[in-house]
Amino acid sequence: MQPFIDQIISECEILQGLPLWFSYLIFQLIFCGIIFVFVAVFAMLAGYAERRVAGRIQSRIGPNRVGPQGILQSLADGIKVFLKEDIIPTHADHILFRLAPYFIFIGMFLSFVAIPFSSQWVIADLDIGIFYLLAVESLVVIGIVMSGWASNNKWSLLGGMRSAAQIVSYEVPVALTILLVVMYSGTMSIQGIIMAQGAAPWNWNIFQTPFLFVAFFPLFMGSLAEGNRMPFDMPEAESELVSGYNTEYSGFRFVIFFFAEFSNLYLIGALATVLFFGGWQAGPLPDFVNGLLGIETPLSAAIVKNLVELCVFMFKSLCLVFIVIQLRWTLPRVRVDQLMNICWKYLVPVAFFNLVVMGIWMVVVPEYVTDIVALCMTACGVLLLGYFFYRVAWQLKNTKARLRFNPLS
Amino acid sequence: MLFSYSNVLVFAAVGIAFILVTLSIGALIRPYAPSLNKLSSYECGEEPVGSAWMNFNIRFYIIALIFVIFDVEVAFMFPVVRIFKEWILEGRGVVALLEILVFVLILLVGFIYVWKKGDLNWVKKI
Repeated sequence: MQPFIDQIISECEILQGLPLWFSYLIFQLIFCGIIFVFVAVFAMLAGYAERRVAGRIQSRIGPNRVGPQGILQSLADGIKVFLKEDIIPTHADHILFRLAPYFIFIGMFLSFVAIPFSSQWVIADLDIGIFYLLAVESLVVIGIVMSGWASNNKWSLLGGMRSAAQIVSYEVPVALTILLVVMYSGTMSIQGIIMAQGAAPWNWNIFQTPFLFVAFFPLFMGSLAEGNRMPFDMPEAESELVSGYNTEYSGFRFVIFFFAEFSNLYLIGALATVLFFGGWQAGPLPDFVNGLLGIETPLSAAIVKNLVELCVFMFKSLCLVFIVIQLRWTLPRVRVDQLMNICWKYLVPVAFFNLVVMGIWMVVVPEYVTDIVALCMTACGVLLLGYFFYRVAWQLKNTKARLRFNPLS
Repeated sequence: MLFSYSNVLVFAAVGIAFILVTLSIGALIRPYAPSLNKLSSYECGEEPVGSAWMNFNIRFYIIALIFVIFDVEVAFMFPVVRIFKEWILEGRGVVALLEILVFVLILLVGFIYVWKKGDLNWVKKI
């Protein structure tokens, strides 16, 4: 981002009169505002989309009253909750109780610093970007334990403790998988990891070697668990824990928890996209679009290029987000002991095995074999996807279900 | 470099300011009508029995301990895996691989010990 800001400052005379740090700060605040608006809008739409998808899956309609097709439902909920009384129980620890939402929100919001939306549109391409992501996401655990403990409520305490145990446990397979990707890419910068991949599926990390393909699943399940998503939403298991760590929260503080949870949904998708699905890599697409639009000036060509890459990144990550939402309404919740077993007895050994074998593979196997394997893996992936759609078509035919392609119908 | 990390500070400040400002504005327009029952802890409608600040199960500590060991290991392994590819190109890949193996094996022994001892089982008699 810095070269871009320098360029603007050098062209704008008003900014040259100001001290350098001040103009930097202005631009940083502007970009931060843009990201904030994106996060807020995404959280709102994700909340809406989740309820609509739930409606569809459970054969009902879902919210459709506020605004066209109910798209403003989350906004209406937000305003309503904003006007609700803010209750803090007498026996709660008042300071910690007030402090907890800050940790949860900031842990989520800081992660967006390192998320690259296109080749140039990234707030800060940190050298240790992926490590930074791991670090700031851990802030959420502190917030959850804090809220669980401070509420002085048995449900909250149990929810907070379970959540902490779950999140720290699943952080191990996630970190090991990230280690694997760093090993394969040879860089810790998120842009570097994306640049090491390519636009075509056989250049994506997920199809490079069988180990990277297997490693995708610990990462995906781990980030689901870290985001407290179904089927790993033990801490909020409403059938046993009322609402978990946010039982005592009300009004706007309660909304902050949900805000963070739904924005986390995007982070799950973005992280998997960055590590395994080639991020914003669009290949020849930007040039093609530029040719189509007949754009010649370098500045607008660069803007179109970034926009195309942004669309590619959004498409990939939103596909994953949609899968996550569907999972929530498809799978039953796992039990707490099963949860720990899945993590420590399956995901962690698998992730370790992957790491070691991948290291040996990289030392022993020559480059051209890897290319052949990547092609074979991609073919297998395409076959799997084809089989999936074949099964869906078979199911639809057998149940004589009617397909409706318009999601709003 | 410093510019990149100053973004983190700006984001943190904006995040804190957002919650602070919205909560303060909300305080002006939302109702405030506390009552004894409303302010009591929620316990499914019953009178709350005692405090929730009690001893909780020791297995949470064990999980936390195991986590700390694994996480520290991961943090230490990042530098090695970062240069792994470069070393392979320089022909020193085996050295880095051995280092990773030694590191993983030491931890693996501990992991097997914890597993055999049954500390990974959530349900167990203490």
